Amino acid sequence: MSNVDNDRQGAIPEVAVTMRINGKSQRLQTDARVTLLDALRDRLGLTGTKKGCDQGACGACTVLVDGRRVLSCLTLAAKCDGREVLTIEGLASDGGRHPLQDAFIRHDAFQCGYCTPGQIMSAVGLLGEGRADSDEDIREFMSGNICRCGAYSNIVGAIREVAARGGA
Amino acid sequence: MRPFEYIQAAEPAQAVAIVTADPDADYLAGGTTQLDLMLKDGILSPGRLVDVTRLPLKWITADAGAIRVGATTTMEELAADPAVSARLPFVREALLLSASVQLRNMATIGGNLMQRTRCRYFRDPAVEACNKRRPGTGCAAVTGPARMHAILGASKNCIALNASDLAVPLVALDTIVHILGPAGVRRVPLTEFYLEPGNTPDVENVLVHGELITEIEIPLLRAGARSAYLKVRDRTSYEFALASAAVAVVVEDKVIRDARIGLGGVGTVPWRAWDAERVLRDAPASDATFRDAAEAAVRDPFTVPGTAFKVELAKRTLVRALHTVTEVTP
Repeated sequence: MSNVDNDRQGAIPEVAVTMRINGKSQRLQTDARVTLLDALRDRLGLTGTKKGCDQGACGACTVLVDGRRVLSCLTLAAKCDGREVLTIEGLASDGGRHPLQDAFIRHDAFQCGYCTPGQIMSAVGLLGEGRADSDEDIREFMSGNICRCGAYSNIVGAIREVAARGGA
Repeated sequence: MRPFEYIQAAEPAQAVAIVTADPDADYLAGGTTQLDLMLKDGILSPGRLVDVTRLPLKWITADAGAIRVGATTTMEELAADPAVSARLPFVREALLLSASVQLRNMATIGGNLMQRTRCRYFRDPAVEACNKRRPGTGCAAVTGPARMHAILGASKNCIALNASDLAVPLVALDTIVHILGPAGVRRVPLTEFYLEPGNTPDVENVLVHGELITEIEIPLLRAGARSAYLKVRDRTSYEFALASAAVAVVVEDKVIRDARIGLGGVGTVPWRAWDAERVLRDAPASDATFRDAAEAAVRDPFTVPGTAFKVELAKRTLVRALHTVTEVTP
């Protein structure tokens, strides 16, 4: 991490950030104001992560940073220097879908699909936390992901199925 | 949005030196309120942000008397701590009823105590009248539609709510805040940390510019104490409180020997219900006692039409929490 421009009278301050995104090291030189969400979508072409409310209320922008689910719209890219970021694009392995992706399809756990990447990344976090023991727990610990189409019951069903099989 | 310089400090003293020397600088922790107010609403506009989340302030230790928590510990980390679960269950409940998992993975304990109000008028730059944002301009919330606003410690100058859940049990427990400044560390009780708006709603706490919360020290409950945090809100999860109660009591032979009460969702500051505690202490654990305590807790509220319902709601919330924790049936 270096502060390229310490002179506030001069150019807009930038930061140099190196992140490991979906297993691949990425170096960015960016305006210090840029969020992780905008860096992913606009600089790195990873548009799977969605911009919903852009103010921490809807969960559509959920990604994992160092294995923990966070909101990329309220995370500065500058904060992620040296961190490991996992987005929906990095979830599949060896060309095959993640079990949660399959389960979401099987359970028809979406309508418009806009919240779905955030729902799935949040569910990956949930399974990692070991909190998917009951439908009640799934609902509670997925409450940071809003689905305005109202596909909640099928989302819970998809997560329940994967959790019952021992997670990912 | 105004450009800002971003700095990661290596040591707390370095962070304090940078912010103290620059009136235009501010700290950044989890950022879940601050970035919202900066990037989206333009309410805050520091020229320099000092990120404190990589400072060596992430720890939880417990001894016989207290749990000590480094300021950059996240809410999820504190909620997962076995000593908190065992010795301060209502602190854990308040944490897990806050925000969402994603936000709790980002938000720090120090940052939670420093969170800004959710008052929609404060957060809307198009609103002219806000004594907190622009001293002397009035309070749009007092005359406009209000709901998520305070009724205790409030006045016609400001009814902005402190929406922290965590701070509610913490004030009840007489938590101590460790504050690092240029001259060293000072310790301030959380009950004296926040300032009611009075005639200066823009001054929210005792910190001077550059001071940094480094640690909180949470005294453990007495042996035999039972505690609970009850949060009442407009939806089941992921919502701020309309009213909440953090209660801890020691009951012996159906008599309340010790009581600690905090109220949330109703105060301009996290509310310690001292008068209710006095009513409860050495009184029989009964529905009548609980109702007397609730009357004492919500004495002299300041309400506007949109918040009048909170007077009764706060009382009922406290009474129900006391029934739960004492297992005395109504």
